[in-house]
Amino acid sequence: MEEVKEQAPSLPRLGQAAPSFEAVTTHGVLKLDDYKGSWLILFSHPADFTPVCTTEFIAFAEIYPELQKRGVELLGLSVDSVSSHIAWARNVEEKTKVKIPFPIIADLNKEVSTAYGMVHPGQSKTETVRCVFIIDDKQVIRTILYYPLTTGRNMDEILRIIDALQTSDANGVATPANWRPGDKVVVPPPNTQEMAEERLKEGYECVDWYLCRKKL
Amino acid sequence: MACISPDGKPTVSGGKMLVALKAGPCSAEEIAKASGLPVFRVRSGLRELEQAGLTDAKGDKYELSPKGKELADSL
Repeated sequence: MEEVKEQAPSLPRLGQAAPSFEAVTTHGVLKLDDYKGSWLILFSHPADFTPVCTTEFIAFAEIYPELQKRGVELLGLSVDSVSSHIAWARNVEEKTKVKIPFPIIADLNKEVSTAYGMVHPGQSKTETVRCVFIIDDKQVIRTILYYPLTTGRNMDEILRIIDALQTSDANGVATPANWRPGDKVVVPPPNTQEMAEERLKEGYECVDWYLCRKKL
Repeated sequence: MACISPDGKPTVSGGKMLVALKAGPCSAEEIAKASGLPVFRVRSGLRELEQAGLTDAKGDKYELSPKGKELADSL
């Protein structure tokens, strides 16, 4: 008898075009293309009316104004229905006075969650784990974060990543560990001996030729 | 439908887009600016308005159809 092997779906990777989609959401039918020119955080949660997800949605709603200042939109997703999403968002507003201002995909057929690798059977065979896809204004995947079902996401880190990516893009630099806006940035390392020698004369704050920082 | 209610009437966001289009042919970005709606909502809404026969697309610009103009004038 021929053995049938389950094929693992190929997952999106950093630097690749984000998988396109057309999905029913709480704000109508949306396509990935609708977000062209804006940055997008596409994030999944396991289920509506669950405690950790509720704290996360409140937290996402709270950072939404800061994200908008940076040209970033938010789009949630779970495998619940639109009716469930609407009821949950209304309940969150009623109980906590926090309005959920961004759309939520009702991925009942798991088309989007499969394309983005959001279901991890080791965690749950039916629910999506806590994924974050940061997609830039050219619809390229720039960051992927996966959190387990038990651990709520850190909004400061998500904002920090957006600031770091946009700073890197605007200035052709990298950002060091624990970087925050206003901190010194890392100058890309030289890739020839001549450039390495010149680098040390350029007035940067250098530990050595391969690690130089500068103020923007 | 986010822009057109099941009874065929425009929603608040649909109405804002129709009113913005009264100024003449506009791009999605121009409608977003005039209506205060995010661009992604406008792009999605324009598909619905076109499907409902209320707007026509000409390249990157959108304009009210005669039916859309009549509706926009009543808002």
